[in-house]
Amino acid sequence: MQEHDPSTMDISRRLALKAGAGLGLFGMLATLGLLPKSAWAGIERKVFEAKSLKEAFQAMGGLAPADSNFVLLDVPETAENGAMVPVTVESRFPRTEQIAILVEKNPTALVENLTIAEGTEGFISTRIKMAQTSSVIALVKADGKFYKAVREVKVTAGGC
Amino acid sequence: MLMSNPTKMRATVANGVTEVRALLQHEMETGRRKDESGKLVPAWYITDFKAQHNGRTVLEGQFGTSVSKNPFLVFRFKGGKAGDKLAFSWTDNRGEKRTDEVAIG
Repeated sequence: MQEHDPSTMDISRRLALKAGAGLGLFGMLATLGLLPKSAWAGIERKVFEAKSLKEAFQAMGGLAPADSNFVLLDVPETAENGAMVPVTVESRFPRTEQIAILVEKNPTALVENLTIAEGTEGFISTRIKMAQTSSVIALVKADGKFYKAVREVKVTAGGC
Repeated sequence: MLMSNPTKMRATVANGVTEVRALLQHEMETGRRKDESGKLVPAWYITDFKAQHNGRTVLEGQFGTSVSKNPFLVFRFKGGKAGDKLAFSWTDNRGEKRTDEVAIG
């Protein structure tokens, strides 16, 4: 039988319950793994309905991701068209498992969530919509832990 | 139902790393936009995608409504060779699916 550290288990259960409270019953069920995942691998669809960063982080299981200079986030300082803001994320962690992009002040925070296969680089370049000036967050999971990089993008014409 | 349009892709290999540039053709309606008559345009967006190299998944992901219209992705993986097959599939919130293929150049 595998050994478990009881204190860690207790914490993760408390966090799961907290996450459940933040997202209502659905979030709780999702956290407990009682809901089907998306069509392919990844996280539960309901995570995309999280309104705030905190809710989204909780629902993804990365409650307080640490800032890391191993996560590079390239965004423009100013976006004239919020409908198409270029975002590039690079993770320098050797085994990056997941990259997600979030926008704090969009109607829903999570923009996209990527599962990085072994042999695939911790890198993604994409385009996102931004409703208004906001922080953009690159969330990276590596070796089971969450890390982030945050940059502010000034949006002159919102595109949500 | 309108037919979807093919994903435009280019995959090139250099020094053992394949770089893929993919432009998915999709409206990506958020469900919050109003049309000329003031009616809300229903949400219509890609929810999931998957890229496979010779049948092995190299990248998969999920989109919300804040991905730009005609989603654009650049990603890189090790192990591709010229002539290998790269397939890109997506599915949207209406259940429409499509898969397109390109040979690595």
